[in-house]
Amino acid sequence: MNPNEPKNQLASKTSPWRDRRERGIGWVLLGSASLSVATTIGIVVVLFREAFEFFSKVPVTDFLFGTRWTPLLEPRHFGVLPLLSGTMMIVVGSAVIAIPLGLASAIYLSEYSTPRIRTVLKPVLEILAGIPTVVYGFFALTFVTPLLQAVLPQTNVFNAASASIVVGIMILPMIASLCDDALRAVPDELRQGGYAVGATSMEVTLRIVLPGALSGVLASFVLALSRAIGETMAVTLAAGMTPKLTANYLESIGTMTAYIVQVSLGDTPTGTIEYNTIFAVGALLFLITLVMNVLAHRILQRYREVYE
Amino acid sequence: MTPSNHLATQVDEAAEKAPNGTPDSLRDHTTVLESRDLVVRYGTTEAVKGITLEIPEKMVTAIIGPSGCGKSTFLRTLNRMNDFVPSVSISGHVFYRGTDLYSRDVDPVEARRRIGMVFQKPNPFPKSIFRNVSWGPAINGVPKRQLPDLVEDSLRKAALWDEVKDRLHDSALGLSGGQQQRLCIARSLAMEPEILLMDEPCSALDPVSTGKIEDLMFELKKRYTMVIVTHNMQQAARVSDYTAFLEAGVLVEFDDTDQLFTNPSVRRTEEYVTGRFG
Repeated sequence: MNPNEPKNQLASKTSPWRDRRERGIGWVLLGSASLSVATTIGIVVVLFREAFEFFSKVPVTDFLFGTRWTPLLEPRHFGVLPLLSGTMMIVVGSAVIAIPLGLASAIYLSEYSTPRIRTVLKPVLEILAGIPTVVYGFFALTFVTPLLQAVLPQTNVFNAASASIVVGIMILPMIASLCDDALRAVPDELRQGGYAVGATSMEVTLRIVLPGALSGVLASFVLALSRAIGETMAVTLAAGMTPKLTANYLESIGTMTAYIVQVSLGDTPTGTIEYNTIFAVGALLFLITLVMNVLAHRILQRYREVYE
Repeated sequence: MTPSNHLATQVDEAAEKAPNGTPDSLRDHTTVLESRDLVVRYGTTEAVKGITLEIPEKMVTAIIGPSGCGKSTFLRTLNRMNDFVPSVSISGHVFYRGTDLYSRDVDPVEARRRIGMVFQKPNPFPKSIFRNVSWGPAINGVPKRQLPDLVEDSLRKAALWDEVKDRLHDSALGLSGGQQQRLCIARSLAMEPEILLMDEPCSALDPVSTGKIEDLMFELKKRYTMVIVTHNMQQAARVSDYTAFLEAGVLVEFDDTDQLFTNPSVRRTEEYVTGRFG
């Protein structure tokens, strides 16, 4: 070694174990992260393997376009449309309730409320999002349905309207909270520009802030509705388990999720075709929500650079 | 000491510090906008401490002063843009042709239609160039068929027409900073205001764009009354007819621009304009 070479001033003074410990922590963290990814992959693999088994017995076209769903009774029919229409009724019904109310709440929170009201209202809204869905289910059965029956006596005990209302209430905080974030992300300078040319608060809100926040607002709708599609407990309890093609909100229906509950609860033996049906329905459900989540993501990306 | 006494003291101090509160030459002009004993507080902090100032018609009045002297706050009270600051409270008066802007029966929206504002940072709407200019008139009831002419006229007045006439329907966000600021001026002009308030309109711009905006101000003062807040003293000297010097929320001196820059009567003004502080 050259004696003139300067001494290393930055040599490690701590124990050689430190490096190993740091590396070990890295591995543990990576393991935790991988676990959730692996679980997701596992679920998808199982879902589609069982679904393929189902489709080896029932043609895909019969499943997708059939209008009768009676897999547990003879004669058996495996048309998923009644389940799909049940789910769509809940989505449409809850959207009618949650979108206007959620957007109005968000506009109020972001544009009209004072900081003081906001600090009270926003946490309350988030508590609403934390209520277990089964609670919403019996709230529908014991409160909303009797109320509906008082107004419209022909309402069934299990009905789509009651389920739509509680699912709407359930996804409302999500829409309100995400829209509020989107509206507040619109720079204040734009509002001031609007006021400076003689606009009222309403004109500024509807014609400058809302268009500016459109991507976030639309994405929040899609995300909330994809949650409505997947919602299980409340719709099973309130809307019933009788799949049928109908547009009458006062009748009992059956959604995709309610059917999965029904089969999972009963004593359906593994390997039978009835057993396989829930994987086919589950796979379809998975695909629909996946498409909606991708859609929401795309909407957000597409309009991201709208102001800058 | 009660708050109102405290306020009175502040005004007295301001009056003492400002022997030239209303320059003699101002007598030759009509006053369009006048603040009287104007006090603005943010919560408990006083940003403007009793300013009395007359803005002459079809002149450029510059407001200068060190950062935090209350000049932007003062400007924003002149068309009630401070209404949107949650903790703000205002006392005293602002008269627009004899009407107190802060009296109960004044519609602030109507006030802002007459008294336009251009901001420090260009803030075009994320819409087309055309829609940026036509937006204000359209929501205020100007018929759709009149909009194209109005847009052209406003863009010409703002010296932007030749640069954008072939891409009126492109996004305004594709314009340069200087062009965006002229677009914001055109947007204000489309409302056919009487007064244009400008809050450091060039501070975010390069020297070439700044030059263009200053040229534009010369052109615009033939038709409009302008009040410009600036921290650039050369700019105030170049573009304005009258200059007010503010410090710590108090009007220190108000005079002809030439007079104020060459022969200020208050020592503090002299120190500021010669660059000894600020």
